[in-house]
Amino acid sequence: MLLELKHIYKNYLQDKIVIPVLKDVNISIDEGEYVAIMGPSGSGKTTLMNIIGCLDRPTKGEFLLEGESIVNYNENRLSDLRLNTLGFVFQSFNLLPKQTSLDNVALPLSYAGVPVKKRKEIAFQALKRVGLAERVHFRPSQLSGGQQQRVAIARALVNNPKIILADEPTGALDSRSGIQVMNLFQQLNEEGVTIIMITHDANIANHAKKVLHIFDGEIVEDKERKEKQQAEVQSEKEAKNDTVFSEIEQDFGVKEWEGEI
Amino acid sequence: MLENIRLSFQGVWSHRLRSFLTMLGIIIGIAAIIAIVSTIKGTNEQIKKNLIGSGTNTTTVQLTEEGNYPAEMEYGIPKGIPVLDDDMRQQLADIDHVKDASLYVSRTQVDYIYYNDTSLSGGQLIGADSHYLGTCGYIMKRGRGFTDSDYEKYRKVAVIDSVAADSLFGDANPVGKTIDIKGEPFIVIGVIEESTAFSPVINSVEDYYTYVYNDGSASGIVVIPDVDWNIVQQYDEPQNAKLLADSTDNMTSVGKAAQTLLNETVTSKSIKYRAANMNETAEESQQVSATTNKQLIWIASISLLVGGIGVMNIMLVSVTERTREIGLKKAIGARKNRILAQFLTEAAVLTSLGGIIGTITGIALAEIIGKISNVPIAISIPAVILAIAFSTVIGVVFGLLPAVKAANLDPIVALRHE
Repeated sequence: MLLELKHIYKNYLQDKIVIPVLKDVNISIDEGEYVAIMGPSGSGKTTLMNIIGCLDRPTKGEFLLEGESIVNYNENRLSDLRLNTLGFVFQSFNLLPKQTSLDNVALPLSYAGVPVKKRKEIAFQALKRVGLAERVHFRPSQLSGGQQQRVAIARALVNNPKIILADEPTGALDSRSGIQVMNLFQQLNEEGVTIIMITHDANIANHAKKVLHIFDGEIVEDKERKEKQQAEVQSEKEAKNDTVFSEIEQDFGVKEWEGEI
Repeated sequence: MLENIRLSFQGVWSHRLRSFLTMLGIIIGIAAIIAIVSTIKGTNEQIKKNLIGSGTNTTTVQLTEEGNYPAEMEYGIPKGIPVLDDDMRQQLADIDHVKDASLYVSRTQVDYIYYNDTSLSGGQLIGADSHYLGTCGYIMKRGRGFTDSDYEKYRKVAVIDSVAADSLFGDANPVGKTIDIKGEPFIVIGVIEESTAFSPVINSVEDYYTYVYNDGSASGIVVIPDVDWNIVQQYDEPQNAKLLADSTDNMTSVGKAAQTLLNETVTSKSIKYRAANMNETAEESQQVSATTNKQLIWIASISLLVGGIGVMNIMLVSVTERTREIGLKKAIGARKNRILAQFLTEAAVLTSLGGIIGTITGIALAEIIGKISNVPIAISIPAVILAIAFSTVIGVVFGLLPAVKAANLDPIVALRHE
């Protein structure tokens, strides 16, 4: 098993009130899988993503990565996991605007201590892999959204990670570019890279071989989810001034970013 | 590290105006300090040169009455002071940092030296051993110095300085002419002069004595072999000593050592050997200008402090501006220390650059001040290195807070920052 979450809980403290965001989440993902985590805004999917991405720690529970428990890792060891084992793809690309595609892709290599000359070579290969070999010296502002996201994917790939974590990777793209990016993920998965994707879009989630639904901080079965969703709609009608969700959304939910850094 | 420096330069260049304004405090502070230090050093060297005489590191140890005035032998030799022999001269020459030593007897204010009817009034007569001219650093302008055979054969020959030559002979060549010292004929064999032009600055009574008694060059010098001294003065006299030190800085210590050595032979209570302390006199004068200027340096340091705070401020702004960049870098695997190093390097590059520009400005400023107010300028290389190093330190010190702030950013929060 490449990745195992056992009884993961995550609470946030807001104004002295404990808000449970994840409740007893159990996930196991094998090497080479293509998993989509779906859920509406405020369901806790971004928090789950942050925990899987070693950016955040669970309040309670066990997290095994490649069979090793990482909940007690110190900050530097978590940084190294993010550097070598995980690759991140963000909704808003997060490319450095003043640097070329090549330099953006080479950035993680500098943290891995790869010599400068070798970095360019490896970064070029990664860009070639995402089909942008001829855009090497372009800056993000000279690229289309789809191309920018492909540069970001190349950056995530450059240290040969076991897992690529994608947070709404098509959220900022038009449908055509979105399809291109999804095809790229498909191709990478066929090449053996484990992909975990977060989305609220069912069409996107359908690209994955396995879809996990998260609702109200819990991983739920399909049937159960529909029932819950209906109950939710019902209760929302009953209590329109219930603001808990929107508050959570504000603080922990995905925000739409426009442009770049 | 090198990469961080390269990236920092790119950062500075991409915000040229902002970087320059940030550096301005450092530039002004460093420029002021460099300009002040350069003028202090220039003034000090001028004082030293004036008082001691550039090039000739000769110091005098002479018999002194009551610790103040040179002992005059005019009215008989005081008791308790022996006449020294060449062994003692050799001992003096063996003192550390002494290149040569000479024993001599002298009379100041003599009025018994004539050429025909012309008198050399107020001049100095010196009976010197064969080391004297070399030890004093004289150069021969005309003729020759003393030879061993002059001493062996008790030749009545004299070497005069250019001041004496002027007043006795005018424009004529003195070499080969005969002068009259207390009725004895001496043949002038050479004319000497100081190795460099000597223009004393006399600020105090001490300075005056330093010149008139130690040097006596004001009204001319006539030097004869010490073996001829009792032909003129009837008896041998206890001598004074001249020592040639290997550097200007060693003149005082050499003088003191010789003073101790010579006083071991003296039993007189009132008359002792005393080293003329020219460096001390020079240092006293230097001190006056140094204290005023040290206060100026303190004021300039305030500018550096303000500059440092400016750098801290702009670095904090930069950290806020680049929160997302920092968040991204941490998310994709940059360790805390990498972020810390990146921002520290940026601050240090900024202030070092300010330090370098400030140094150049300061040197230019010093040159301009020197030209306008006719103050001598000396650029001190250690001060320049220190100034640039110090500006780097300012960057590290004032960059620390922003860098720590950047390194401690939570990547989740930072990535969501707008």
